[in-house]
Amino acid sequence: MPVVIVDGQEIEFGAEEQLNCIQAARLAGKEIPHYCWHPGLSVVASCRMCLIETGQRDAKTGAVTMVPKLVPGCQTPVKDGTVIVTESDKVTESRARVEEALLIDHPIDCPICDKAGECLLQDYHFEHGQAERRADLHPFHSRKRDVGPTVSLFVDRCIMCTRCVRFTREVSGTSELMVTSRGAKEEIDVFPGFPLDNKLAGNVVDLCPVGALGDKDFLYQQRVWFLKREPNVCGGCAAGCSISTEHNQDTVYRLKPRENMHVNKWWICDEGRYGWHHLHDSARVLEAGRKAAGSSHRGNATHGGVEPVEWADVVAQLRSDLAAAGRLAVAVSPQLTIEEAWMLCSVARSLDPEAYLALGFVPTTGEDETFPGGFTIRGEKCPNRRGVEQVLGLFNAANTGWDDLVAHVAGGGARAAWITAGHAQPWIETATAAAFANLEQLVVQDLFHSPLMELATWRLPAAGFAERAGTWVNVAHRAQCFRQAIRPPAGVWPEGRLYWNMLGRRGLYDPTAIRHELAASSAAFAALAGDIPATGIDLRIHQLA
Amino acid sequence: MPAFKPVLLEAVGVPNGHLLASYKSRGGYAPLERVLAEKQPVDVVDMVKASGLRGRGGAGFSTGLKWTFLPKDHPGPIYLCVNADESEPGTFNNRILMEDDPHQVIEGIILSSFATRACTAYIYLRYEYPRSWHRLQAAIDEAYAAGYLGKNIRGTGFSLDIYLHRGAAAYICGEETGLIESLEGKRAWPRIKPPFPAIEGLFRKPTVVNNIETMACVAQIARRGVEWFKSIGVPADPNNPRDPGSYGPKLYCLSGHVEKPGCYEAPLGITARQLIDEFGGGVWKGRKAKAVIPGGISMGLMTESELDTPLDFAGPGKVGCLGLGTAAVVVIDDQTSIVDVLHNSCRFFAHESCGQCTPCREGTSWSLRMLERIKAGKGRLKDLDLLAEIGSTMGMMPGSTICGLADGAAWPIKNAINKFRSEFEDHIKRTNPTGWMVTEPVPALQIVEAH
Repeated sequence: MPVVIVDGQEIEFGAEEQLNCIQAARLAGKEIPHYCWHPGLSVVASCRMCLIETGQRDAKTGAVTMVPKLVPGCQTPVKDGTVIVTESDKVTESRARVEEALLIDHPIDCPICDKAGECLLQDYHFEHGQAERRADLHPFHSRKRDVGPTVSLFVDRCIMCTRCVRFTREVSGTSELMVTSRGAKEEIDVFPGFPLDNKLAGNVVDLCPVGALGDKDFLYQQRVWFLKREPNVCGGCAAGCSISTEHNQDTVYRLKPRENMHVNKWWICDEGRYGWHHLHDSARVLEAGRKAAGSSHRGNATHGGVEPVEWADVVAQLRSDLAAAGRLAVAVSPQLTIEEAWMLCSVARSLDPEAYLALGFVPTTGEDETFPGGFTIRGEKCPNRRGVEQVLGLFNAANTGWDDLVAHVAGGGARAAWITAGHAQPWIETATAAAFANLEQLVVQDLFHSPLMELATWRLPAAGFAERAGTWVNVAHRAQCFRQAIRPPAGVWPEGRLYWNMLGRRGLYDPTAIRHELAASSAAFAALAGDIPATGIDLRIHQLA
Repeated sequence: MPAFKPVLLEAVGVPNGHLLASYKSRGGYAPLERVLAEKQPVDVVDMVKASGLRGRGGAGFSTGLKWTFLPKDHPGPIYLCVNADESEPGTFNNRILMEDDPHQVIEGIILSSFATRACTAYIYLRYEYPRSWHRLQAAIDEAYAAGYLGKNIRGTGFSLDIYLHRGAAAYICGEETGLIESLEGKRAWPRIKPPFPAIEGLFRKPTVVNNIETMACVAQIARRGVEWFKSIGVPADPNNPRDPGSYGPKLYCLSGHVEKPGCYEAPLGITARQLIDEFGGGVWKGRKAKAVIPGGISMGLMTESELDTPLDFAGPGKVGCLGLGTAAVVVIDDQTSIVDVLHNSCRFFAHESCGQCTPCREGTSWSLRMLERIKAGKGRLKDLDLLAEIGSTMGMMPGSTICGLADGAAWPIKNAINKFRSEFEDHIKRTNPTGWMVTEPVPALQIVEAH
């Protein structure tokens, strides 16, 4: 294997790997500071922060010849025998100078800057900068202007790395951002009348290494050092982008993309990015309720007659109500994790061995949309259709969908139905819901009230995406496991917890145990045995091999 | 000094010298016809290599060698870009050539395109040259009509189109990759190298970028021969294996405080003093020179005592300047404040820095603001140390910026502070009698505008 020598340390790397010096140094645990370089964008080598010394070791003699000049690490590929020096005096001096230069025009308004705490300019200044500010030249400005509906530009904080400009050119393909003027008067801007308004716009804020681009949704909401980050998966569409849910005290403040080369690379769409507000919507269903015995649910569309039920009682009463009704139909929502789906199906078949199982409603808007950089937003607006279908397959119900279930119920095939949903958007109309009007028992488990919920004999709250734990399988059959990021609001049991208890299992709901059972018992989920990497695993891995 | 008959400038003063008929009457285009009829491209490359011609744009890189960097047997297209974005302050030799003898330039372009197998040549002309624009376009039209341009020139199968492109007035467009970016319709941010233009240049195809004067030299070498060219100038220093010598005639642009400013042709190696005295009629008003810019401000400054330096490619480097550059010699008399000179230089580079690389973008602006403060009577001696540091680091440490602009911006600062420090100190002490000795940083910065 080829070898690169980083500060005297020999590191092997794959013969097929094309690495630059920054990436190669990382293999050795050395971080070369950089602003303008980003693995997902073209290389401009303009910030000059990553200047290092390089050389080449002769394969035969072992003699090292150094390049006399400094080279940008981002632009310099490594090959077998490349020598990288990241900590020489020359390099250190050069970094200090670049850092000093970048701060000449910077307003240094960290106390009111959203980026403070996760700002490369701050971090590198502490690490590589000089203690004294020598450029005590002139009063400075701190200007702010809108560049789009979701993004503000703090003009004078910008260090002109042009990551954002390159993003709009290379990834979103919309080219709204540009550089105006020259020299130190340079600014990022948009052309008048053409704001930064595309479906991936929020990524420029993540890309910005300093506090120049601010996300209006997050601006001044929370100091970043209070935020906890939980690796999570976006539930906005079937793409299943890897995200970090950033939260504090059970409140989500923002979602950030999490690098996953198999799924979303470094990006997420704005729909996903801002798709967490419904979690904290005051209109959410927040307690389990049961229509009181004797009150007819027909023609009584208000809350009248619904009494709250303690969760401990839900487990037992729900079982007995459904068992009494017999002939059960269950809609397994594509919002559920595979663990939840499997437990729900198991509960249903334990109540009624003939229970009719079907995939729940699959929200869809338009076609898949692919951007020039390859990023795709899926038209299928739910995260786990593939996973639920696989689970249904284990119960011999692989090909039944929502429409089949509605027809089954409307045709009198069921006396009880259990509908799980959990969609952020309204999903069912009164006309469709009417098919469920004549059932003995109707269990609806959802985030929000709906015409269907009005008919329910059992109203159960659902958990939002960040409140669940388990595994989702995206459109490309990649299974990603995640933990609960925040606790659901008081009074809400995530679906998994209810099913776990209904199955009579002991202790706290443990999705990992369920996953391991699934993996051990079914070929379709065999890949889920053991620990799953943060970037997930392809369920078809055994079929491919 | 032996009488030297201008060659590149032979059309200057000739009535209608810019027209095709006049150029042909002086022997023009005959060498081209001969080359097309008898020679192969490689012969022209060898001829230019043998002549020792070094690029006249500023860097002085061997022209023939540059051509050989093109990939062999490339399916094409290969492009030739002719750099007429003459923006170095004090430089105007390209303008004289384009206005007074455009056909000499065009013949050189055709010969060079033939040598490099380029099928398209672009002339990147700076915006401020309207007469050059008209004269060059007229000459290109004449050359098309006479069959020197177009498809299948003189039945040889060699085709060439020349396009005249007018830039929008930016110094950075004269940097070869900045020029290429600008020609592609982009912001003229110099490209990172490698790949060099010879491998991947204009429209990602192999490209040669040459200066207008270089093209004129190619035409003259084809007409008068390699021996003639090598008989002029300074031979290579036998003790320095890296010196390829400075051969041929050179157009010196003499301006500033001289009696007779102008563009003069002289053999490479003439000293600055000879140039000023013999061509320029001496420093104006009978004064003495304080400083002389050897070849455009980015080359730095020479003092009066350094005026006997030969102005060849190696000469200015021996007295602490960057090099010959564009051979734009600007004379500064002894009544001029060197603070003003440096301020003007810093203002130029701060204005023209493209803003891509951090050291240059911030360094040029920082140095300008320090000079502004010194000029405003608020300078401190400490500032000179800072300026000297900027002058010796910004772009100086090789590799610290993408192109040479920062380097060029740093040399005048470095030279001015090193060679004229006492004058700066006097100025600061005189204009800031109470604060010149302060060394503490100004404590707090004032916010003038906040969101």
